[in-house]
Amino acid sequence: MRAPRRAVPWGSAASGGLAVAWLSVIVVLPLAAVVARSLDGGLSAFWDAVTTSRAIAALELTVVSSAIVAAVDAVMGTLIAWVLVRDQFRGKAMVNALIDLPFALPTIVAGLTLLALYGPTGPTGIDIAFTRVAVVLALLFVTLPFVVRSVQPVLLALEPEVEEAAASLGASNLTIFRRIILPALRPAILAGVGLAFGRALGEFGAVVLISGNLPFKTEVASVFVYGQIESDAVTSAAAVSVVLMLCSLAILLAISYAGREVAR
Amino acid sequence: MSRYALRTVAIGYLLALIAIPVGMVFYRTFEKGIGAAWEAVTTPPAQHAFYLTVVIALIAVPANAIFGVLTALLLARGRFPGKRLLNALVDLPFAVSPVVVGLALILVWGREGWFASTSVIFSTPGMILATIFVSLPFVVREVEPVLREEGVDQEQAAATLGANTFEILRRITLPTIRWGLTYGVILATARALGEFGAVAIVSGKISGRTETLTLFVEDRFQSLDLAGAYAAALVLALIAVAVLALMTLLQRRHRDH
Repeated sequence: MRAPRRAVPWGSAASGGLAVAWLSVIVVLPLAAVVARSLDGGLSAFWDAVTTSRAIAALELTVVSSAIVAAVDAVMGTLIAWVLVRDQFRGKAMVNALIDLPFALPTIVAGLTLLALYGPTGPTGIDIAFTRVAVVLALLFVTLPFVVRSVQPVLLALEPEVEEAAASLGASNLTIFRRIILPALRPAILAGVGLAFGRALGEFGAVVLISGNLPFKTEVASVFVYGQIESDAVTSAAAVSVVLMLCSLAILLAISYAGREVAR
Repeated sequence: MSRYALRTVAIGYLLALIAIPVGMVFYRTFEKGIGAAWEAVTTPPAQHAFYLTVVIALIAVPANAIFGVLTALLLARGRFPGKRLLNALVDLPFAVSPVVVGLALILVWGREGWFASTSVIFSTPGMILATIFVSLPFVVREVEPVLREEGVDQEQAAATLGANTFEILRRITLPTIRWGLTYGVILATARALGEFGAVAIVSGKISGRTETLTLFVEDRFQSLDLAGAYAAALVLALIAVAVLALMTLLQRRHRDH
């Protein structure tokens, strides 16, 4: 006998409606308001707002530094995941715990910590505050866990037999990595890189203190939007926000497309 | 490349990017003694910032826990058109810049917004809405896979034996998802306590009134009170470390069971 349908009422009717209403009010409605506002003056006004030289400079800096950060994350994240899975050394558990710190640490604190070490008052003599290097460094800090945490479980599940067989047939370490390990890790690396890129595009707190927010030089898109809101240029802020959201969307689609290609 | 070279590169990178900078904040905070640091975080504005941060988290996190579980149930159990869209919507807060979140809330609840109101923006309700937005996905994403894995057999058995909806929820569903829910709540709490960008925009950053701990850090920094900024940052960093320790501890216990 089939159990009556109301046996599992959760996930239907009233409670489901409540969940949808909640998401609509909290997430959908506000974002819809941003899109609507960006088109307040029509498409031409939208275009004018996002093509002022300052907006273009901010968007360009954001996309370029996010791309650099994603590339560095891909390499360093894979390398760190490799060391955490395949290497044995004292204190490994602590290193592993350290990886999650950027997720747990408030972004404004992240910016302040980098400034404490690499700023004008730092002990190293290196002062990168208010430069584009600082923007990249701040983004590297907050995006560190993405690739490490997506590659690590895949690496753990990888069978060492295939690598051993390749080695016994005379393959060099580099060949083994390139021909056997990398193809297995590629989807995980891509997924991590996509998340890191998306996060870097919108990051605000970590960047705002250390970048100095100099227009045309170190002002990223999120800081530009913030400045526009402060100076009551809300429509322009909304327009650049929409471009940022479209960039995130494009990244998500590209990653899911690339993932499907790899799976094929 | 030898294994030692890889190890050195990995650890060196983590030291330079994370460990040493965070250590620097500890050092700077206590540079002038524990007394000075204590004084910096116990001024009235600092105390109020701490209090407000906790109040906002205490409202935003339970709200996200309740609606997060409902949404997870809907995604794991429901069958309806548009489910994939709903699934994507849940992840949206992770993909949207905090600054855009702040702007979005102003456009809905602000002076000239769709639902213009004078008591949301530049005051606590707006800050709560912003915090709910940014910490929304955590509970859903932790609970949904557990629900999917466990299936509905036990719930259906309970229903056949005459248990009502509420009993099923209390005796079967909630115990099943308790670990996922715990992780989700911890992650959401960490995010809620640490949110900066969205809250910065909707709060108006009024010292002693709408200033959370993260805003207090920025305010002290901009006022060139570095001691205050470092001390408040340290409080936040300690909370972050405590969250990590708690997660590690729970995961170890969870595995042992």
